[in-house]
Amino acid sequence: MNKPENNAGNSIHQATFIGGHALNIPTLRVLNDDGVMIDGAQMPNIDQTLAQRIYDTMVYTRVLDERMVGAQRQGRVSFYMTCKGEEASIIGSAAGLSDDDMIMAQYREHAAIRYRGFTSENFMNQLFSNSKDLGKGRQMPIHYGSKALNYMTISSPLATQIPQASGYAYGQKLQGLDAITMCYFGEGAASEGDFHAGLNMAAVLNAPTIFYCRNNGYAISTSTDEQYAGDGIAPRGVGYGIETIRVDGNDCLAVLLATQTARQHALAHNKPVLIEAMSYRLGAHSTSDDPSGYRSKEEEELWAKIDGVLRFKAWIEAQGWWSQAQDDALYEKYREEVLSALKVAEKVAPPTLGELVTDVYSDVPKHLKQQLGDLRQHIVKYPDHYPAAKESH
Amino acid sequence: MAQMNLLHAINNALDIAMAKNDKVLCFGEDVGHFGGVFRSTSGLQEKYGKARCFNTPLTEQGIIGFANGLAAQGSVPIAEIQFADYIFPAFDQIVNETAKFRYRSGNEFNVGSLVIRTPYGGGIAGGLYHSQSPEAYFTGTPGIKVVVPRNPHQAKGLLLASINDDNPVVFFEPKRLYRASIGEVPEEAYEIELGKAEVVSVGSDVTLLGWGAQMEYIEQASEMAKEIGISCEVIDLRTLLPWDVDTVAESVTKTGRLIISHEAPLTGGFAGEISAAISERCFLHLESPIARVCGLDTPYPLIQEKEYVADHLKIFEAIKASVNF
Repeated sequence: MNKPENNAGNSIHQATFIGGHALNIPTLRVLNDDGVMIDGAQMPNIDQTLAQRIYDTMVYTRVLDERMVGAQRQGRVSFYMTCKGEEASIIGSAAGLSDDDMIMAQYREHAAIRYRGFTSENFMNQLFSNSKDLGKGRQMPIHYGSKALNYMTISSPLATQIPQASGYAYGQKLQGLDAITMCYFGEGAASEGDFHAGLNMAAVLNAPTIFYCRNNGYAISTSTDEQYAGDGIAPRGVGYGIETIRVDGNDCLAVLLATQTARQHALAHNKPVLIEAMSYRLGAHSTSDDPSGYRSKEEEELWAKIDGVLRFKAWIEAQGWWSQAQDDALYEKYREEVLSALKVAEKVAPPTLGELVTDVYSDVPKHLKQQLGDLRQHIVKYPDHYPAAKESH
Repeated sequence: MAQMNLLHAINNALDIAMAKNDKVLCFGEDVGHFGGVFRSTSGLQEKYGKARCFNTPLTEQGIIGFANGLAAQGSVPIAEIQFADYIFPAFDQIVNETAKFRYRSGNEFNVGSLVIRTPYGGGIAGGLYHSQSPEAYFTGTPGIKVVVPRNPHQAKGLLLASINDDNPVVFFEPKRLYRASIGEVPEEAYEIELGKAEVVSVGSDVTLLGWGAQMEYIEQASEMAKEIGISCEVIDLRTLLPWDVDTVAESVTKTGRLIISHEAPLTGGFAGEISAAISERCFLHLESPIARVCGLDTPYPLIQEKEYVADHLKIFEAIKASVNF
């Protein structure tokens, strides 16, 4: 509550403004650029099993992205987006959660759903919009989702998941669940109104949410210089009264440490936390984008040198938990697995015509049954023009 | 039975829903201790606690985003937007999120438990920004239901049905009638089926169709017509999406004439959709063109509200013109 005595209690008598960059928020790092532990750095809670699971997911994601960009170039899928450059950030943070925590992501976080157990078949069925896609072929490639894996289906509009995550977490709290909500978004999405609405609501209403900003330098072609004037996204958390940390997004151990700590805090105090992970989108925005129009190879190479996958690999090798022979075998295994899943999925039939009108409502209403019936009659007249004519009526 | 005004009926429905299921939550701007600017959530925080009935920060997009998350999680959110005029910051959350949640996920997730309550309409000297009837922006959005009650009895039954329905509902409350409309309302829980229009009075010469506060003007005009020997069949559409075309078509097949009246501006209003659908269904039965009596295509005025409104006299004139065509 505003109180008259507050004005006098903490007052100044010269017109002194707080600088727009006064909060110079530092960056948490556990590994140096070469993947070597920094002296005195706090370690996250990690053992060999967890480390190998994280690295396994990194390799899988690299293989999937490489293969699917190729498949898009060959015209086998219409569209694709890679996680390249942000694997350490996404997987390190996903590994800091419990399986019961809900993940509400933006779109570039498929490494997180993979970490939770999304299979090659699951990926391919979605990418090929076939009848086995959990989303029934309704959304563009990369819009994954799975109730069983507590991974909310992706929606294209940016930042809409942010206030939703606050609400989801509020419900978890009210029902006394031992779970929080993890919300991923980019630094570009943080310019949307929903970002401000969502963080403020979580702070005021005490919702156990982790807001995880993937600051990867670009919103399509727009660099951070043209996205915001302040010191990134992290100071905004402080402005909303939210516990905030900035982390080196290419340092998987730092990300894991930040997320594990954030989760404990969110759960123990029913409060939101903001993590800003500084990283770089090494790939194009999507297969429809060409970064050479807005950034240099030199810039990309600087970031490729401190790639989070390389740094984490160096670290697990130093622990004696990984070898080059294991690495080669894993890449080989996943290349075969992804390719064979791709070949199967592209031959699976599309969803039936009837699925066009299901799930608009919980039951198909009368007017939609009528419209579907009319459509079927029309298709019968022009069977060559409509792929769904192959379906038996 | 008890005498209730429309606000009491809404409050009573919310009370019943919150008592029955502790996952039901009521929230919005000033909804908590204060009980809402119209007092429709009065007493609910005292009864069910601050965790279940609470104020939110002043952000409509935040309120509906938060509500979408709660609904997806398994709670039963009843979110209030203080005036329908201020629903537009939440338009993206409603149109792109609420309405498409189930479809886009292949039914992995849904927000079917969500109800968005919002007072709409003029007649309170509210000018441009406390008077609008934005229902037609929402009727073009598959995936949501749009409901508008006309009196206390309807309000309670339709609201309870909306809360219990497995689909998200935008529930427009006629604020002009909040205290003005008083009637007998059962004290126990009951539901009025969504998607079903009601024939309010039977007639033979012309069908009059509307919803919400507009029903008052329609019934007044119907009385005036009766005095000069014209028999009107009056229908309250109640649910605008999905709407009960069969009941309307059956009536128009009988009367041969249809007049639709709504508060919102003529162009792009929901009357246009009804008119098209009924001409398709009843073309050979029509004795006169389907007529629309609506607001002017202007922003909602202040001092000229009385001239602007599609009132009983304008509807009465339309009835005579239709019958004498």
